[in-house]
Amino acid sequence: MTYRNDPYDPKQVALLDQSSLDAAVADAQKAFADAGDLDALAAVKHLHLGDRAPVSLARREIGALPPHAKSDAGKRVNAARTAITEAFEARQDELRADHERRVLLEETVDVTLPTERRPRGARHPLTTVMERIADLFVGMGYEIAEGPEVELDWYNFDALNIAPDHPARTMMDTFWVAAAGVGNEDSGLVLRTHTSPVQARTMLTRKPPIYIACPGRVYRTDELDATHTPVFHQVEGLVVDKGITMAHLKGTIDHFAKAMLGDDVRTRWRPSYFPFTEPSAEFDVWFPQHREGPRWVEWGGCGMVNPRVLVACGIDPDEYSGFAFGIGIERALQFRHGAADMRDMVEGDVRFARAFGMEV
Amino acid sequence: MRVPVSWLREYVDLPADLDVDELEKAFVRVGLEVEALHDLRRNVTGPLVVGRVRSIEELTGFKKPIRYCLVDVGNAEPQGIVCGARNFAEGDLVVVSLPGAVLPGGFEIAARTTYGHVSNGMICSARELGVGEDHSGIIVLPADTQAALGEDARPLVGLDEVVVELNVTPDRGYCLSMRGVARELAHSLGVAYRDPAAAVLPLENDGPGYPIRVEDPAGCDRFTAVAVRGVNPVAPSPEWMKRRLTLAGIRSISLPVDITNYLMLELGQPMHAFDLGRLSGELVVRRARPGERLTTLDGADRALDPEDLVIADSTGVISLAAVMGGATTEVSVETTDLLFESAHWDPVTVARTARRHKLPSEASKRFERGVDPQLTPVALARAAALLTEYAGGTVDSGLTDVYAVTPPAPIAIPADLPARTAGVDYPGERVVELLTEIGASVESDGDRLLVTPPTWRPDLTDPADLAEEVIRLDGYDKVPVKLPVAPPGRGLTATQRRRRTVGRALAEAGYVETINYPFVGSATLDALGIPADDPRRRAVRLRNPISEQEPELRTTLLPPLLATLRRNLGRGHRDLALYEIGMVFHPADAQGTPPRLGVDRRPSDAELARVNEFLPEQPWHVAAVLTGEVEPAGWWGAGRAADWSDAVEAARLVVARAGHTPEIRAAAYAPWHPGRCAEILVDGTVVGHAGELHPQACAALELPRRTAAMEVNLDALPLPDVTVAPPISGFPPALIDVALVVDRATSAASVEAALVEGSGELLEGVRLFDVYTGEQVGAERKSLAYKLTFRAPDRTLTVEEAVAARDAAVAVAAERLGATLRGA
Repeated sequence: MTYRNDPYDPKQVALLDQSSLDAAVADAQKAFADAGDLDALAAVKHLHLGDRAPVSLARREIGALPPHAKSDAGKRVNAARTAITEAFEARQDELRADHERRVLLEETVDVTLPTERRPRGARHPLTTVMERIADLFVGMGYEIAEGPEVELDWYNFDALNIAPDHPARTMMDTFWVAAAGVGNEDSGLVLRTHTSPVQARTMLTRKPPIYIACPGRVYRTDELDATHTPVFHQVEGLVVDKGITMAHLKGTIDHFAKAMLGDDVRTRWRPSYFPFTEPSAEFDVWFPQHREGPRWVEWGGCGMVNPRVLVACGIDPDEYSGFAFGIGIERALQFRHGAADMRDMVEGDVRFARAFGMEV
Repeated sequence: MRVPVSWLREYVDLPADLDVDELEKAFVRVGLEVEALHDLRRNVTGPLVVGRVRSIEELTGFKKPIRYCLVDVGNAEPQGIVCGARNFAEGDLVVVSLPGAVLPGGFEIAARTTYGHVSNGMICSARELGVGEDHSGIIVLPADTQAALGEDARPLVGLDEVVVELNVTPDRGYCLSMRGVARELAHSLGVAYRDPAAAVLPLENDGPGYPIRVEDPAGCDRFTAVAVRGVNPVAPSPEWMKRRLTLAGIRSISLPVDITNYLMLELGQPMHAFDLGRLSGELVVRRARPGERLTTLDGADRALDPEDLVIADSTGVISLAAVMGGATTEVSVETTDLLFESAHWDPVTVARTARRHKLPSEASKRFERGVDPQLTPVALARAAALLTEYAGGTVDSGLTDVYAVTPPAPIAIPADLPARTAGVDYPGERVVELLTEIGASVESDGDRLLVTPPTWRPDLTDPADLAEEVIRLDGYDKVPVKLPVAPPGRGLTATQRRRRTVGRALAEAGYVETINYPFVGSATLDALGIPADDPRRRAVRLRNPISEQEPELRTTLLPPLLATLRRNLGRGHRDLALYEIGMVFHPADAQGTPPRLGVDRRPSDAELARVNEFLPEQPWHVAAVLTGEVEPAGWWGAGRAADWSDAVEAARLVVARAGHTPEIRAAAYAPWHPGRCAEILVDGTVVGHAGELHPQACAALELPRRTAAMEVNLDALPLPDVTVAPPISGFPPALIDVALVVDRATSAASVEAALVEGSGELLEGVRLFDVYTGEQVGAERKSLAYKLTFRAPDRTLTVEEAVAARDAAVAVAAERLGATLRGA
């Protein structure tokens, strides 16, 4: 704002002339825009914002102005300086971003390079299958029972209603343990031929209700070939409670099969014989995902605990009844995972276990 | 048990259109596992016809005699056929496969020129058709065969047959006969059954039979015998009998022997035929006497055991009862008078004798599993009838029957036991019906049934056995599906969880789990350099190992694990890290054999404790082995070879994951390198070892040098106490480095222990970050540089406090180990 009776016309001060200020702003904007990187920008900064920059010199002239003119001139100079500062900062941001982009670009690597500095380990699928089964039964309230692999023949046979001269004893192709010393006398010990002695050990030490699953290693004198191994694994289940029937056994096996193999599996029973169960059955599962097409697969044996076994283990068969079932783990691995050759499971080639990793 | 279906049809009204699948299902439904189905109708495809040999021209000038035959197969012109067999004559009826036929093994018949003649087909032997083993000549059909020339020959040679191979479980001895199998099949299909035993006319018995004395009625509760005299010793067995025996897998020998085998298959009664002329005096059934010997029919001379049941005459033992006959009284081509024996023997004695002499015979298999004691006179009558029918002669009117059989005792069974067992509501009359169907007699007594099993079912002794029969015959598929509800469980035990944790930790650290056979031999322990007096030499030994080289069970996991390591190396893997978690076995100290416990009641705790003393100790161990590069070379730089420290770290990892901080000490312990072996201690107890294997062990086992290994006894690790949460201080730490110079022999572990002890409560952590040996510290010394972290729970430490703590730590190290501050 100006006053008519001013003796001194600020417009006459060249540096404060609006066109000069506009030119200073335009020069600065151009100089900043021309600066190609942060160093160049820093180099021109003082020319437009330093002590000797046009806007700084113009600001100095304000002091000499008459009071009524100071305000107007001050506003215009500040506006020009603000415009230059903003131009500087905008350009600086731009160049910084540009710089960062370039640095990141330079730091680009080939992310497809191999990264495995420590080869991966693995657990054996027989272990993980057994753990999975154990977890399934633990989830149903069962506990996991274990026992010795070198077993007294009383637990392996007698307690399970397999008398010393019973034909079933020879059926089981037993490894017999020699008595201490140099001869080859019987010691009353065997490598357990099944996980069933764990049943007897459990019933002898616990009172019903008993709900247990027993995973473990068992032994029979078969030569190793594609479908046999002298050392293999079973999981056995045992339930002893009041009012247990074959219907409960069927329900448990159905649930087990579905949980392990999928909801579309079915089971089928065939009457069979085991000395420790009466009645006894073998069961098959209808496995639609079988590698060679849907089919029935033999899976395990089961039955109602023979009352003679209950008696030998101190459980009153008039009060309690029970069921037991068992499956072969190698067999499960064979048909669930298409592991055709049993030798691959026992020879320990790292490629086999590595293919399964940590879970199955 | 091989079962020809045409034979079964004699006793069961099988539907005419029953197909093979239905038949299999019917067997499986009642618990007879079908191992194989041989449908002989598929053996030969294409034309297989009856032909008559018109003329035979002997061809000469070849390496072997050859015939060129003209055979009339009903066509206008006879077929010219070249044949190498010689057992036939002009006019004989033979079986001819014509061009277009395919014989077993994919052998296609076509017209071809051979020995200078066109041969338009083949005259077949039994083996070529897959109906028997006979290849000594071609099949000559009986002259009275009722068949037109050119007619299908399959029914005449048994090629219209289906043979079912059944796997009979040990409880079902009666199913080792057509009689038993037919009965089960009739149950399964709900069709009529005719008992072949019921059709036999009993023998007349009006005079004394052959003199027989049974000294051991417990071992032999029934002995029947009858003599047949004046038979034609060379009379052949009838074709139908030979064919059935062949189909059932039994070789035809002679008429009397074939008859005994045939009746064993038909009725299930094993029999024996003696040459009557070679028996002297009374037959005695008794146990063998010490020192007695017998040459059995297989030609083996056997020393008898006083437990063996034998049949003796005045010359001594002539038969190993129920197992195998003796050579001296065998029927021969000169035998005209025979004595048929048909007896019932104690299953346990037979089983033991068969096992003792390694003579599992068809007879012993049946007696072990139980034979119907009422069959003996039936089989005898049928044998006598068959023999006289085909070989003439007369049957003695006197029959010997020494009888001490205990009839089956009635079993009392709650009427609802089948229902309670199966969870199926069987009506009372259904239970009675099914039990009656299996041949039992049933009396109802209120809520109880009194069931007397049939004599052919000695396996039915308990109420549960009868319940099973009801449930089985009603059908397992009728049993409903229910899920029992278990009481709440407590999850895995601490040791089970620990095994999983340890296994996962090793796998995550790069180790691959293997599951190895526990069989070892002393050669491997020798190779490992395990001293002769080492406790690991005391091992559980097997009587019947898979390999005589590996008769023992492992006392350490390393031998099998190292064998697997080597197998992997042999397959071209070079960088390997393996582990195993498994049991090892240490014999018990108890001497002798455990006392035998009964099964009629629960043994007492004291009895159980006593037998369990004989059980080997079987702790769970974990072991790891590694060789090659543990970190491979790559674009990131050089690789790192596995060494002793990886093995020690694996052991530390195991112990840490089991909830403990291990103490590590230098040790000398085979099979490790004496200067590179650590023993692992927990609470002052050695729980394992780790380090580099002894170079000699590596060499002996053909493993790469520097192979490293560790083994820890998991069961020796105490279960950790419940972890107490540490206070977490939010104040800043004070970090001070300290380098201590000690003697070279001083272990880093002892220096660290001194620093920990001297630092007091403010110490949060101590880490060795450098080891220096060289001129600056002198030849016999080394410098260990540690980073100490101090922190207080309630304040920021002053420099003075931290320095004071460090000085206290150094002071203990100086005092205990002669340590000096480096540069001081």
